[in-house]
Amino acid sequence: MEQAVNILFNGLSLSSIILLTSLGLAITFGVMRVINMAHGEFVMIGAYTTYVVQQVFTQFLPSAIGSLYYFVSIFAAFGVAFLLGSLLEKFVISRLYGREIDSLLATWGISLILQQAARSIFGTQGVNVNAPSFLSGGISFGDCTFSYNRVFIILLVSLCMVAVWFVMYKSNFGRQMRAVMQNRPMAQCMGINSRRVDNLTFAMGSGFAGVAGCSVALLGSIDSTVGQSYIVNSFMAVVLGGVGNLIGTVIGSGIIGISSIFTENYTSSTIAKAVVLLIVIVFLQKRPQGLFVIKSRNLD
Amino acid sequence: MLTIKSMDSYYGESRVIEGLNLDIPDGKIVSLIGRNGVGKSTTLKSIMGLVKTSPTTSLLFNGKEISKLPSYERVRMGIGYVPQGRDIFQQMTVQENWELGLQPLGGKGNIPDYIFDLFPILPKFAKRRGGDLSGGQQQQLAIARALVQNPKILILDEPTEGIQPSIIQDIGRAIRKINEWKGITILLVEQYLDFVMENSHYVNIMEKGNIIFHDQTSLCNKAEVQKLMTN
Repeated sequence: MEQAVNILFNGLSLSSIILLTSLGLAITFGVMRVINMAHGEFVMIGAYTTYVVQQVFTQFLPSAIGSLYYFVSIFAAFGVAFLLGSLLEKFVISRLYGREIDSLLATWGISLILQQAARSIFGTQGVNVNAPSFLSGGISFGDCTFSYNRVFIILLVSLCMVAVWFVMYKSNFGRQMRAVMQNRPMAQCMGINSRRVDNLTFAMGSGFAGVAGCSVALLGSIDSTVGQSYIVNSFMAVVLGGVGNLIGTVIGSGIIGISSIFTENYTSSTIAKAVVLLIVIVFLQKRPQGLFVIKSRNLD
Repeated sequence: MLTIKSMDSYYGESRVIEGLNLDIPDGKIVSLIGRNGVGKSTTLKSIMGLVKTSPTTSLLFNGKEISKLPSYERVRMGIGYVPQGRDIFQQMTVQENWELGLQPLGGKGNIPDYIFDLFPILPKFAKRRGGDLSGGQQQQLAIARALVQNPKILILDEPTEGIQPSIIQDIGRAIRKINEWKGITILLVEQYLDFVMENSHYVNIMEKGNIIFHDQTSLCNKAEVQKLMTN
């Protein structure tokens, strides 16, 4: 029983990180038809930003407020990833719209450049972020222990999801974004600057990948390949959920995260990767369009 | 209002329109008719900036050159567009669709009352998804959405296509009222000759990317126009 609860809990926390990285992919891959291989590097950028913020805090500020660094780093990770995402869109991605294969190659190159940049700046050795003191330990119910940092990650991701939902469905920018996603030429004919919307949408997706990096930093050491281990799962979650669909992405991430932890518990992490891939392959044979499909009355 | 001078339009590398000249006078309803594939829709898309035009093309809107501007700036200057096939945002509600018309005004503002006088059925469907409406309802929504932008000129691409006759009457009436009440200039592309003769001031016949006939509708003989169109 307690084992089942633990699997579910760890699966949920992995799912939340996958979800956060998938958000940006769901938009760029699902809607803009750009395969962004460098998306994982924004997770890395977020993780290293967390590390840098922590270094700055321990060097220049009294240790009493040391734990507060983590809250600052969440915003810093979002901000840095958002800015770099915006630049990447402006100078590279915007030239590759509608060219899926080219976008795959170009962004893969960028991914390598960013990884090497990280190695040059931070060294090849992994660096560690000390989890803030209020996140050490855990809470126990019976025989089950829930570590605070995983609870925190789940809460953080939930909060991000609410923020995304709010931006997409309640703000004017979200309305522009949905219009551009559904029908780009017509959105332009409604007076929407679709170039600006593309840029901000891409930047936002990168920003959330940065926040994901911030939570990844709590779970283990950070090196230049930290994004790679999450990005494959995220791509699978997006395809599984059905492209361009928020709920699909949420459920896809859940399936990938929980089945991955479940298999890992009984076998090894290598077998778990293979099993998850197998699940996705079998599923897509039966339902190539993914879990959720946008339906509408087709008039043309 | 809008003057097109020596316009060339391209789909990829192939030139669809060559040296088109067309003048749309202020406050009038001007029709552009012709058979399938002569370049009517392409002309409208070129005006909106959705199709590539040559650098020598001149599009003067109220005396300002707009041929180098992106689509969204042309819209903000007062060009409203109702495309062929309506292009309603299917996943958005009907209300969200017409509120998108406020985007050129910064996303805020009020919907003018006269729009719902023209199309009284729309508020009844406010919460439905745009994609769930029938063709005729979508056409009315598309016109309403463009009117919310408070345009100086309204461009309509085959508004009667695939729509039942009673609704066609409503749409024709609405087009004349928009022109009479608000003085909005209208450029209408159509294949349905009766609709054009009944609802427009000027008629232009297009053939192979060029205007081959131009006159006031009231001075035209319908049989003659019909003959020119089918030749």
